[in-house]
Amino acid sequence: MNRLPNEPVRAGGPYVVELREVTRTYGGVRALRGVDLLVEQGELVAVAGPSGSGKSTMLHLIGTLDRPTTGTVRIAGHDVPGLSDRELSALRARHLGFVFQQFHLAPGVAALDNVADGLLYTGVPPRARREKAAAALERVGLGHRLGHRPHQLSGGEQQRVAVARAVAGDPPLLLADEPTGNLDSEAGTEVLAVLRDLHASGTTILVITHDAEIAAWCPRQVRVRDGRIAGDDGPGTGRRAPGAVPATAKGASR
Amino acid sequence: MTGETTGGTTGGRLVPARLGPSDVLRTGVAGLRTRPARVILSALGIAIGIATMIAVLGVSASSREELLRRLDRLGTNLLTVSPGHTLFGEQAKLPEEALRMVRRIGPVRTASATGVVGTTIRRTDRIPEAVTGGIAVQAATSGLLATLEGRVTAGAWLNAATETRPAVVLGAKAAERLGVTRTGVRVWMGERWFTVVGILGPMPLAPEIERSALVGFPAAADYLGFDGHPTTIYERSTEESVEAVRAVLPRTVNPENPEEVTVSRPSDALAARAAAASAFTGLLLGLGAVALLVGGVGVANTMVISVLERRREIGLRRSLGATRGQVRLQFLTESLLLSALGGLAGTVLGGLATTAYALARGWPPVVPPWAFAGAAGAALVIGTIAGLYPAMRAARLPPTAALSAT
Ligand SMILES: Nc1ncnc2c1ncn2[C@@H]1O[C@H](COP(=O)(O)OP(=O)(O)O)[C@@H](O)[C@H]1O
Ligand SMILES: [Mg+2]
Repeated sequence: MNRLPNEPVRAGGPYVVELREVTRTYGGVRALRGVDLLVEQGELVAVAGPSGSGKSTMLHLIGTLDRPTTGTVRIAGHDVPGLSDRELSALRARHLGFVFQQFHLAPGVAALDNVADGLLYTGVPPRARREKAAAALERVGLGHRLGHRPHQLSGGEQQRVAVARAVAGDPPLLLADEPTGNLDSEAGTEVLAVLRDLHASGTTILVITHDAEIAAWCPRQVRVRDGRIAGDDGPGTGRRAPGAVPATAKGASR
Repeated sequence: MTGETTGGTTGGRLVPARLGPSDVLRTGVAGLRTRPARVILSALGIAIGIATMIAVLGVSASSREELLRRLDRLGTNLLTVSPGHTLFGEQAKLPEEALRMVRRIGPVRTASATGVVGTTIRRTDRIPEAVTGGIAVQAATSGLLATLEGRVTAGAWLNAATETRPAVVLGAKAAERLGVTRTGVRVWMGERWFTVVGILGPMPLAPEIERSALVGFPAAADYLGFDGHPTTIYERSTEESVEAVRAVLPRTVNPENPEEVTVSRPSDALAARAAAASAFTGLLLGLGAVALLVGGVGVANTMVISVLERRREIGLRRSLGATRGQVRLQFLTESLLLSALGGLAGTVLGGLATTAYALARGWPPVVPPWAFAGAAGAALVIGTIAGLYPAMRAARLPPTAALSAT
């Protein structure tokens, strides 16, 4: 560890996500107890495990929304613990896209503007934001719904708008925490199809799920149990194409 | 700047993109758009406070403007001379030739006199003498109306003929109290009938004339036993020489005892009234300030609730790359917009109230420009103070708030 904290290692290391001996404790609760995870560019990875196993905590750390108690977290070559809050914000704006279980769309705001506003903090000028937003909505198959407000869209469509918002700025890494958790199986299938297409076009995707079927669909599976990695297909395996989208993918019953 | 606006990695360094003013405004408006009712209610307090203060300042400025305009019309070059007190505390008298002496002062353009006659005026001889109605019977020189720049509303002023006859001209208030509305009627003065030949209009600079019944100097001496000593001399000079004339008047009028002469400028009273802000104005301003304070607390309260309700939105924005500073700025902007909205509505309301009130009273509607500046400043300060704490709270929320289920 004799590297400068902010020095990117992109040239040397091909990893988009690099966790080494990461722990995270909340008061007395040890949510993560020493996690190692390497994700290469272009992988589609499922992080699966029972409820309370530490999946969301892991996603917070990978998404730089939280800092590890100990250990190394390096995202897109940037050493997270060494970065200031401002630098982390810039990192998220540029390198990361998030999809949440709840869609978090602004009510009463058209899909196009919901997506365009997601680019507010990326430094893209307003007109370009709307162009990119329209393109992203096209990519998730909602090119015909630009002016629709969230309440005029189905759950699956809303989540696809949220996915469009996450990928409108072409972030190298997309993080999705139970993206189908609030959807019925048909809508869940829509969203998975979108993720498959994004993966096919080169986006690195991490999907958190406790749905075994969705996990099995992903080319690489990482199993989490009691704050530890219990199984991992290994870095690079996630580059393979996924199988057919599971038509019966159950919305997780939380 | 290009490095900052691309918001990416610049030579390995991460620099957040800077939001342009329109984007900052956009984030501030976002929170207001979805809750219009709450926006209106919380801006209302500030609107009421600002409206009160604008209206109070506007109404007092309008009344002041009206006084100043009246003063302009009436002129400030009128001086009055009256007897003061002797060294022994007795009522002094002006010499009989005082008026002639005053007229000799170079810059004096016109001078006239009145002299109190020791009698009463009544509608008929059957009314007891004690019931005077507060009306003074005075002798007046024929130039008085011209000197005071007054006019008659009925009949005519005293002339060379009527000033020797038992004829009387009534001041506006005197006529009103006697119930006289037309000329030709007779009134009982001293021990005989006098005929009303004229009624005067209002005399803002000489209210004592409004309450007088005026007869000519010769008639007063002939019929009412008047001693010929003037009790008030009215004099107008050029505006520039008012002070000089004022200085020489006592010695001119009474060379032997100049200290027994009192000189005053009736317009000074009006000017003083124009200058003085009434205690009432101060009280109303205080009330406006309290309303403003309450409005500010209302905005702060709304903002605190807004931050609590929007934890997820804040987390989402942080996940999209918003810095703490940008979140803080968003809520500060929202608070400023709220109070600016209130301030704007209040200014319009206050302006309308001032205009309506002033026009109803026949005044020129005036709101001092600094009151508008003050309203803008007050709204700005309140918006900032009210938004500061909620904005800091919003900025301190952990970015993970968006992902948590609750
Ligand atoms: N903010 C927090 N404060 C305290 N404990 C937490 C917090 N977040 C997560 N935990 C705890 O950490 C453990 C892992 O949680 P989480 O990462 O949410 O699991 P998962 O997403 O796999 O269901 C759980 O025991 C949870 O109670
Ligand atoms: Mg979870």
